[in-house]
Amino acid sequence: MNNTILWYTTRGAGAVSLVLLSAVVVLGVLSTLRYESPTWPRFLTTGLHRNIALTAVVFLALHIVTAVVDPFTHLGWLTAVVPFSSYYRTFWLGLGTIAFELLLAITVTSLVRGFIGHGTWRAIHWLAYASWPIAVMHGLGTGTDTWSVWMLAIDAVCFVAVLAAVAARLLTTSPDPLAADRARFRERVSRKTPR
Amino acid sequence: MAQLEMWIDRTKCDGHRLCAELFPEGITLDDWGYPIITPGAIPPRLLPHAQRAVDSCPVLALALRRVARPSAPAPAPTATT
Amino acid sequence: MSALNLFAGPAPSAGAESFTDHTRRLGVRPKGNRALLDTLDRSGLVGRGGASFPVGTKWRSVAGRSRGGAVVIANGAEGEPLSRKDQTLMALRPHLVIDGALLAAEAVGAKRVLLYVGEAHRVAVASMTRALAERPASDVARATLLPAPPSYVAGEESAAVHFVNSGVATPTAVPPRPFERGVDGRPTLVQNVESLAHAALIARYGDAWFQSLGRHGAVGTVLLTVSGAVIRPGVIEVPSGCTVDEVLELAGGVRGTARAVLLGGYFGGWISSSRAGTMALDPKGLRAAGGSLGCGVVSVLDDVADPLEVSARIIQHLANESAAQCGPCFFGLRSLAAATTRLARRQPDDGDLAHLHRWAAMVKGRGACRHPDGAVAFMQSALSLFEPEFAAAAGGRGRMVS
Repeated sequence: MNNTILWYTTRGAGAVSLVLLSAVVVLGVLSTLRYESPTWPRFLTTGLHRNIALTAVVFLALHIVTAVVDPFTHLGWLTAVVPFSSYYRTFWLGLGTIAFELLLAITVTSLVRGFIGHGTWRAIHWLAYASWPIAVMHGLGTGTDTWSVWMLAIDAVCFVAVLAAVAARLLTTSPDPLAADRARFRERVSRKTPR
Repeated sequence: MAQLEMWIDRTKCDGHRLCAELFPEGITLDDWGYPIITPGAIPPRLLPHAQRAVDSCPVLALALRRVARPSAPAPAPTATT
Repeated sequence: MSALNLFAGPAPSAGAESFTDHTRRLGVRPKGNRALLDTLDRSGLVGRGGASFPVGTKWRSVAGRSRGGAVVIANGAEGEPLSRKDQTLMALRPHLVIDGALLAAEAVGAKRVLLYVGEAHRVAVASMTRALAERPASDVARATLLPAPPSYVAGEESAAVHFVNSGVATPTAVPPRPFERGVDGRPTLVQNVESLAHAALIARYGDAWFQSLGRHGAVGTVLLTVSGAVIRPGVIEVPSGCTVDEVLELAGGVRGTARAVLLGGYFGGWISSSRAGTMALDPKGLRAAGGSLGCGVVSVLDDVADPLEVSARIIQHLANESAAQCGPCFFGLRSLAAATTRLARRQPDDGDLAHLHRWAAMVKGRGACRHPDGAVAFMQSALSLFEPEFAAAAGGRGRMVS
């Protein structure tokens, strides 16, 4: 296979993955904040979040596979699963492996959510807040196109969007109207002395 | 084909309201934004929508259950008996 | 007529009956077994915690699932503010309750007995603690005292189980019910302490004896808490089937003129005094007639008190006691309480009265436990009996409350 095609596909799929995953994070935050409007129902947020995430996984798979089979990079399949095991840009590539594995955990648990229960699913889903910045750093560190104008623009847009979403998340009180009272009641009826 | 009805764990429901959006034929909202579920078996043609509503719940509060047949008497509603 | 059965023996002023006196008076405790289930069935004993469910059937449902590791919870949480019967029973006759719990454990195949006593009922807690210490080691090995948090729903069956399992007394969604999977996933019998005390005597004297104690076809005796506008409020024991009038007489009569009677506590309902007078206090009979003896509260409202004010206070208490797990219960009861309070102050918002009817119907059956149902039943009985006062308040007439 023509090396150039593989090489461009790796870079392109990587960029697309970044954009899609940033959208996923923003939509995830919108879901927690229970965003809705007359033209934007709740199920649209969660539906897009899920579908774009699955699409992102596809592009991520393309990104990883083309990178590994490309003879120019000398990456073995092991580098896709064992962090910091490549000769080529060991650290920055390793970050990519980590981000990928976190995303894999999140995706798999979401697909079997009914079997593992809400609590476990939620705990692992929090890893998303780690996975995204690690993926961004991987892109900045390994990316051939990092300093090109269009890539910087993409990076900036993704960064600002996610930052705004996370800020909104931190600054808003829980939209669950029962949260405070439920916690207060639990405190009232909890066993005070150890069993 | 077994008949299915919607079951909800009210302690889990946090009023996200996706269920009412996706299955309005069987779920409406009360004055405080929590689901009112139409009791009884769900018409077969609506089952895909009901299933989608169940899958959409962010806190897994919904489930489709087989309609209970009256069998051996079970103890009365929970109380301090 | 009172002090016939559970309260036979030393006078209340003598305090808790000791184990020695208890054994001397009633003999050694019989052993529980499957035959006891048949005896309980025949006796017609129904639960005294509020649901009036046949005790024999309940024990059977646990026995049928137990493989020797079931659990018994003696429910003495008594979160109902108007009820004092359970705490009085535990204070004066702790060994009857413990006997009943141990008998239940043997009959259903349980290795563990938990005495779930409301921690706010300090006399009862002290009495039960002392009573456990008086028992032989073999009894104590199986039984533990577990103070229940002071809240209305702490006495709810699934809340009691959840408290044992996780340390938090919040109700859980059912299924599974405690008799299926309760403490540590085992079949669990949650039984009111009064029911257990009756069972302890039925095990000694038989079902025919228990039936003979009742009147007009009802069986056994019942403990009642009489309160409100009566001369001598307090806990009394009466034959099942006796009338409200007879009960009020035992309490020294009504103070003033009675307007209505609250039967069953905050989860019960208002009944007009004229109708209540001849009503027979038989848990099974009342349930068959669509009413409920509930936890045995008989509270008299005189014609001086404002029924809207009293009702508003009660529904507000029930709203405050919501576990805040289920939206319809928490917000529904809160809305009901706010509207009722505005009507009681004769400062209603437009549509408040219509909203009360709407919200009551909207909330019913939509909580994980029966707390909102009880509150709604109370609310609807108030709306029905005090319809003239509600209408007047909503219409802007009626007296101002200072």
